[in-house]
Amino acid sequence: MSAALPPTDRPADVVYPGSATPSAPTPTTPRAVPHRGGPENPSAVALRTRFPDSVRRVEVVWGETSVVIAPDRVLEIVRWLHDDPAQAYGYLSDVTAVEFRDPEEPLTVVWHLRSLPYRRFLRLKAELPKGGPLEVDSVWPVYRGADWLERECFDMFGVRFRGHPDLRRILMWEQYREGYPLRKDFPLRGRFSRAEQLRQALAANPEARYSMEELSIADAFEDLPPDMRARLRGGERTGE
Amino acid sequence: MGLTARPGQLPVPSAAPAGEPRVVSYQPQSQEGWIATKLDFLVNWGRANSLWPMPFGTACCAIEFMATAASKFDLARFGMERMSFSPRQADVLICAGRVPFKLAPVIRRIWQQMPQPKWCISMGACASSGGMFDNYAVVQGIDTIIPVDVYVPGCPPRPEGLLYGIRLLQEKVMRERLSDSKRLRREMEPDPSSRLYIPPPAIDELSEPFGNSVNQTRSGV
Repeated sequence: MSAALPPTDRPADVVYPGSATPSAPTPTTPRAVPHRGGPENPSAVALRTRFPDSVRRVEVVWGETSVVIAPDRVLEIVRWLHDDPAQAYGYLSDVTAVEFRDPEEPLTVVWHLRSLPYRRFLRLKAELPKGGPLEVDSVWPVYRGADWLERECFDMFGVRFRGHPDLRRILMWEQYREGYPLRKDFPLRGRFSRAEQLRQALAANPEARYSMEELSIADAFEDLPPDMRARLRGGERTGE
Repeated sequence: MGLTARPGQLPVPSAAPAGEPRVVSYQPQSQEGWIATKLDFLVNWGRANSLWPMPFGTACCAIEFMATAASKFDLARFGMERMSFSPRQADVLICAGRVPFKLAPVIRRIWQQMPQPKWCISMGACASSGGMFDNYAVVQGIDTIIPVDVYVPGCPPRPEGLLYGIRLLQEKVMRERLSDSKRLRREMEPDPSSRLYIPPPAIDELSEPFGNSVNQTRSGV
């Protein structure tokens, strides 16, 4: 059992950033959590009433709630979860994707949201059927931190995020041509032979690792060498 | 008699008979005199005991490397206390950890920036052979990119292992001769078409799949 928090001299009606609301229950370590079932996150109920035709199903696994939503309503739902004061999901932990071995199972894009004032964790899932375009809305307009998370998801799975400002590879180099490494149809050692992989990797220029944004900032401060400035003037898109 | 060796026969050290002076062989075809060998010794002694390492640490081996450089194992005993984080002031590149393909052009550029004479230690299983990372992202041994002098096995090697590798490198440095410098100190020229030091079939052979890896297509073999 957890001890009660000591009384503070803070006014009771002010919510400090990052702290729980005054009316929120004292956090306790949950015990005997069932594998399936159990109490749902209250936000799942709110989502069902707010978006009745977009919530496909709700699963509770090990006490964590996953809400499967329609892929075309992602940005709308995430924006509501972020803006609604009764939800206040102010923190996006992760954007990733899951592909299953069964060919008929859809590829699933997963968002992990956390509400700091209410101490809630919510997992959103959107299923993209295989064979169709792997496209989903970017949540970058709501969470700026989604930028690199979505780039990684694009790099590893090939999911395209509509509305992302700069959707490029982030882990693999930009000239990587073998595909998306975490897809199930990708062989573990890559598609090319070792010598060909090495040849392509060594052909890359190790200094061409800057994004367009970094290059333009450096250009504004006249920090660029003349040859790179000339290449930028010529309309090159990446630093390569 | 003495230690002179006939061609095609190993020199057998035999006890010199009493009264006969002990003769040490001299090989005139080597064109090395007393001054050259002593100069070699002096230069090599200086080089071997002031190897400035360029640490290229990418993974857990770098932690062991830091432990080696710290006070308990104390790399400074071997004249290596000066970590050179700039390749132009370094003598030995110590690659500690796995090298992904994205870093392959970087490590080659660092190697090319180091001035001669220079040596390379490949520390750990990943740097030497790719280790357990037999996958799409990791170079299967840095000897496919740059020449390596000493391989230190282990996952990661203990600091004693790295110190042993450094001692081996010092022995190798001590055995160098000025007359070999044209051969030893030559920069390796990569093959102009593939930009690789080693022919592609040899790289495929070196990075053969092992364990339960899937089969890999070979490049034209």
